[in-house]
Amino acid sequence: MGSFFTPLSWHDAPFILTGILNTIYISTVAIIIGTILGLMVGFLRAESNRFTNVLMGGGLDVLRSVPLIIQLILFSTYIGATGHPLDPFVAGSIVLSLYTMAFMSEVFRGGFESVQQPMQVAARSLGLTYWQTVRYIRLPIGMRAVFPSWLGVALSVIKDSALVSVIGYMELLRTSEQLISRTQQPLQILIGVGFFYFLISYPLSLYGKRVEGKMVS
Amino acid sequence: MDYVFHWNIVFAKMPQLLHGAFVTLHVSVLSMLLGIVIAVLLAIARMSDSKKISLPATIWVEIARNTPALFHIYMAYFGLGAFGIHLSPYFAVLSALVFVNAGYLTETFRGGFQSIPPTQYHASKSLGMTSMQAYMYIILPQMFRRIYHPMTNQFVWSILMSSLGILVGMNELSGETQRLQSLSFRTLEFFIVAAVMYFIITRFVLFAASLIAGRVFRGDV
Amino acid sequence: MIEICDVHKSFGDLEVLKGIDLEVKKGEVVSVIGGSGSGKSTLLYCINGIEDIQQGKIVVDEVDVHAKATNQDRLRQKLGMVFQQWNSFPHLTVLENAALAPRIVLKKSKKEATEVARQELTHVGLGDKFDEYPSRMSGGQQQRLAIARALAMKPDYMLFDEVTSALDPELVGEVLDTLRMLRDDGMTMICVTHEIGFAREVSDKVAFFHQGIIEEIGSPEQVISNPCQETTRKFLSKVLH
Repeated sequence: MGSFFTPLSWHDAPFILTGILNTIYISTVAIIIGTILGLMVGFLRAESNRFTNVLMGGGLDVLRSVPLIIQLILFSTYIGATGHPLDPFVAGSIVLSLYTMAFMSEVFRGGFESVQQPMQVAARSLGLTYWQTVRYIRLPIGMRAVFPSWLGVALSVIKDSALVSVIGYMELLRTSEQLISRTQQPLQILIGVGFFYFLISYPLSLYGKRVEGKMVS
Repeated sequence: MDYVFHWNIVFAKMPQLLHGAFVTLHVSVLSMLLGIVIAVLLAIARMSDSKKISLPATIWVEIARNTPALFHIYMAYFGLGAFGIHLSPYFAVLSALVFVNAGYLTETFRGGFQSIPPTQYHASKSLGMTSMQAYMYIILPQMFRRIYHPMTNQFVWSILMSSLGILVGMNELSGETQRLQSLSFRTLEFFIVAAVMYFIITRFVLFAASLIAGRVFRGDV
Repeated sequence: MIEICDVHKSFGDLEVLKGIDLEVKKGEVVSVIGGSGSGKSTLLYCINGIEDIQQGKIVVDEVDVHAKATNQDRLRQKLGMVFQQWNSFPHLTVLENAALAPRIVLKKSKKEATEVARQELTHVGLGDKFDEYPSRMSGGQQQRLAIARALAMKPDYMLFDEVTSALDPELVGEVLDTLRMLRDDGMTMICVTHEIGFAREVSDKVAFFHQGIIEEIGSPEQVISNPCQETTRKFLSKVLH
């Protein structure tokens, strides 16, 4: 290419598409793993005594109080120092999933705690075991209550996944950075990028609002 | 792993790191204050019956909420160049955070306002209060309690997101850490210290916020 | 004196008041009864100026409530109102609830305002609750607070909008007792109510509202004990049994 900038063209479409798909890919992985881990941690926190709760809370606070970008840099540097570098996708997924878990666990904890004691007693009085009560009463009722919050966290994960670009994962924003440095057309490219994020996020947020509205009425 | 930690190098640079932390606080406090002012106006506009007034506010809110903060920083830093506007890293990060904060806070304010039953206003009016007095003494104090926690969270978010300044070469805590580690190659040490500093700042803000809430908010809402 | 002349009030296409005439003299207690949706509460909101009217006139002590030149905020100082939902101000203590309006509206000193508030609260039996927050109190207590809060403005008239409808049955009595006390103090009152027995007992006049007009008006003996209109009889037989 030399010192000549080449404008954006249709040949860049596959490259951009890869970026979009990678953003969706890593977000989905983080949301799924983060949800599963968050569900388990949230349940443990709702059930455990004060001491273990404070202990777990402290760990989760660290994940929530240190910027994601610092967590990503620290993790990839640490992995690099061990001499067994990881693929940026794997490293990014691990950090983003744990970060997601920290927020999801609070959501689910609230969900489990929102199911009132009398309802549980009623279930137990019907002869359901502890785990049956969890499985058939607390989980479905609690999860329905927190769905809008869950969606809120999921949406922020999609947006935060942009940060995984700093450890070299070719998601949408990093793709665009490379195109910008080649084409020197930052405005057009960035607007396109913003548009794609909006296209993914906005319909989901509308859906969340609708569900929330239904729950209130 | 045979990595040997060298902490002395980091501690020698403590003054610079603290200055970085100061810039972090500086930019996030300012982004909150400006964000609040704009959000008040946007919230009023959003609740307007006139589509002409409410639509621009809605567009602002939805763009801010549905696109990444990093996107806004890049827009401010690289994108505005197309209009001949070249912002310094500080102002690029500041304006991006202000934009997003204003968007989120608009919804917070609107929700807080709508959560106060209109009967509170009627009751105030029936006591002979002017509209101004009803807002000053009855509506806004109750609203403030309800938006206090979301506002605290938004402030913490601003502190954490200002770390994206690292990507445009700003001299806040992360950017400063990045610069210092590149001189010494003690990457892990520098970023661990930075992480601890973020943790302390964030926890302190949340602690102070709950302390203030306990003092100021009596009664239940 | 409150004079209501041919008042019409609509919400959009729905006409809620279709020509109301009513006169309330100083010291009188007038009860307004009738089915839900008959427009009784709306009338109170109109007297108070919270709602506009489309036709007619409401005059309180020679002042036309809906005239452009009228300062409604000032007018409301002499019209106390208590609502179905008690609307306590949740962020203020009981004493602050009652002292706020005298202080900021009547510009009394903090000491004076607090003194008035104390008196009125004691009067309605909340003398031991000054520093409590409303959310810790029962509905009946909160409703009495609302009454004391209105009384602290030293109003000339009190408007009561179904003040017992949202209360648990066992709490109705204490609020009605407070209203009886006010009547004995000589307060001029308009009570929109579902408590027919209470209306019969305390009122000088009872007005039966039906579909936006006053179907029947007169002494309690006449309207409640010997109604001459078929609709009044139907309504009473429904609520009394």
